[in-house]
Amino acid sequence: MSANPLLPSRTSTTGRMILAMVVTIAFLFPVYWLFIMAFKTPEEVFASPPVWIPATLSFENFAVLFRDGDVRAIMNSAIAAGASTVLAMFFGTIAAYSLARFKTGGDHLDIWIISHRMIPPIAIVFPLFLAFATLGLNDTYIGLIGLYTAFNLPYVIWMMRGYVEDVPLELEESALVDGLNRWETLLKVVFPMLRSGLFATAIFTFIFAWNEFIFALILSRTNVVTFPVQVSHYFGPQQILWAKIGAMSVLGTLPVFLVVAMAQKFLVRGMSMGAVKG
Amino acid sequence: MSDLAIEAVHKSYDDVKAVNGVSLSIPEGEFAVLVGPSGCGKSTLLRMIAGLEAIDEGTIAIGGVTVNTLRPRDRNVAMVFQNYALYPYLTVFENIAFPLRARKVAEREIGARVQEAAELLGLGDLTGRYPRQLSGGQRQRVAIGRAIVRDAGLFLFDEPLSNLDAQLRDEMRIELKRLHQRLGKTFVYVTHDQIEAMTLADRIVLLRGGVIEQEGAPLDLFERPRTRFVAGFLGSPSMNFVPAQVTVDGGSVAVTVGDAVLAFPPERAAAMAPKLKTGDGVILGVRPEHISREPGQAALTVTVDLVQPTGTRVYIQFRLADTEVTAELPAHTVERPGATITVSVDMGRTVLIDPNTGLVL
Repeated sequence: MSANPLLPSRTSTTGRMILAMVVTIAFLFPVYWLFIMAFKTPEEVFASPPVWIPATLSFENFAVLFRDGDVRAIMNSAIAAGASTVLAMFFGTIAAYSLARFKTGGDHLDIWIISHRMIPPIAIVFPLFLAFATLGLNDTYIGLIGLYTAFNLPYVIWMMRGYVEDVPLELEESALVDGLNRWETLLKVVFPMLRSGLFATAIFTFIFAWNEFIFALILSRTNVVTFPVQVSHYFGPQQILWAKIGAMSVLGTLPVFLVVAMAQKFLVRGMSMGAVKG
Repeated sequence: MSDLAIEAVHKSYDDVKAVNGVSLSIPEGEFAVLVGPSGCGKSTLLRMIAGLEAIDEGTIAIGGVTVNTLRPRDRNVAMVFQNYALYPYLTVFENIAFPLRARKVAEREIGARVQEAAELLGLGDLTGRYPRQLSGGQRQRVAIGRAIVRDAGLFLFDEPLSNLDAQLRDEMRIELKRLHQRLGKTFVYVTHDQIEAMTLADRIVLLRGGVIEQEGAPLDLFERPRTRFVAGFLGSPSMNFVPAQVTVDGGSVAVTVGDAVLAFPPERAAAMAPKLKTGDGVILGVRPEHISREPGQAALTVTVDLVQPTGTRVYIQFRLADTEVTAELPAHTVERPGATITVSVDMGRTVLIDPNTGLVL
């Protein structure tokens, strides 16, 4: 029996498997090291040669974070990222709809909007600090949420405009003739059609705000310290608190991981939705 | 009452005049078909009736009410779109129920009315499916179901059959005509397909370049076209146009086509004679089916170039006065190209066209 030329041979399959495993281990090792550090005792963290697999899993590092109130940074991040994502998605999608369907602002408004995204945060953070100081917004949720919303809006508008343009206009026109007004059409026809695009854009918006460092560092002091800023506090001039860095990073990674894992289901469902014409 | 009155309506896109002063009156219960080549303004006109395009000038009235400034939902119209415009995330039932929910109809009534519409269109078993699980014909039925479930006065169709294959299109055409007879509502139907126009319409409105070229009953347009364009647009294969010279001799009229002299029958000649004089250059319009192998007064001897059998009929092509001419004959009349045959033209049913104005004389 001759081998099927369309199928890879057994030896090449084995070779690929080994290569895939090597690549996977190389990529996952830093993640593993970070996670395992969170469960080590201080002695194990600094042991030489390094402890690859700790003898016992210690939850002491996490307990410390809760005792000292450091976990509040996770909550602050969740509030700032969550609220700004909701706001940016809502206003951004409406603006994108307007740009896509009514050509609001002519041919170049969309380019102007996305150009805001090109400004490096560091270029505007100190003027913003002064403006926030005058307005009393430094170290407040409103300040951080407003800033993240403003900073994410261009991205949301840009992405959602593309998704809106993919919604067949006839669907909306049909709904308008059938008895809906514009707002109802937006809610009952456009948003359901945009579901996968909304999720994809929201995830990126959320992750940006969750990971944002410069704005949070400069514009917060004690009240709204976010997770990345909190982690940076563990790099002291005298010592580096590796165990805390590990534990905090685990706590800070899990929510994003969960959000993406949950949304993936919606993304797949969104993409398998039937086409209009057939 | 849902008659439709369109009065001197204009619509431009930038520099392009899409609709240029169209006036039209469609009585209640009539099946009107707007037909014409692409870019003739037929879809724009339909969309203005629906309220999906603003009207630059003129008025549109539905049931005696001027609707120019009314929103689409306040015009009491239902519309079927070319690409069906079904909501992919809703089941067939919910798609058909959509206009009822949009108008806050009571839940009890929705179930009954959706079921009734679904049964009428043969979708009874499919109400739980999603659009992606349906065939093209079934999707178009759902789109029609969504239009008829609401008691609209005026039904608008924008090329609803153009995405279907030929056989399905024939079936759906019959269903649409039956549906119109059953509902007795006013239908306005846009198509570029002259066969759909001929078979469906009570009244054909033939548009060209944003103006009405001619309107009337299908056979009226077919038999008494006002212009060369109308004569050529309706009918398949289309009418042949051959340059000819007029000879008027007292009450008799004949045309010279190439070497042949073709005389009009006396009753036709009598009516035409006053409008013509000897030596006039005209275009003779002859429908393929009005050329036959029966012996007749106006006979031509021609050499067949091409033979296209369709099964029941055969189309043959020959050259006459440097023009390609198609004749439609019964099957098996001519078997192969190259044959020299004698055909006769039914001159009583030809048209003469002024080559300068394009108007039928």
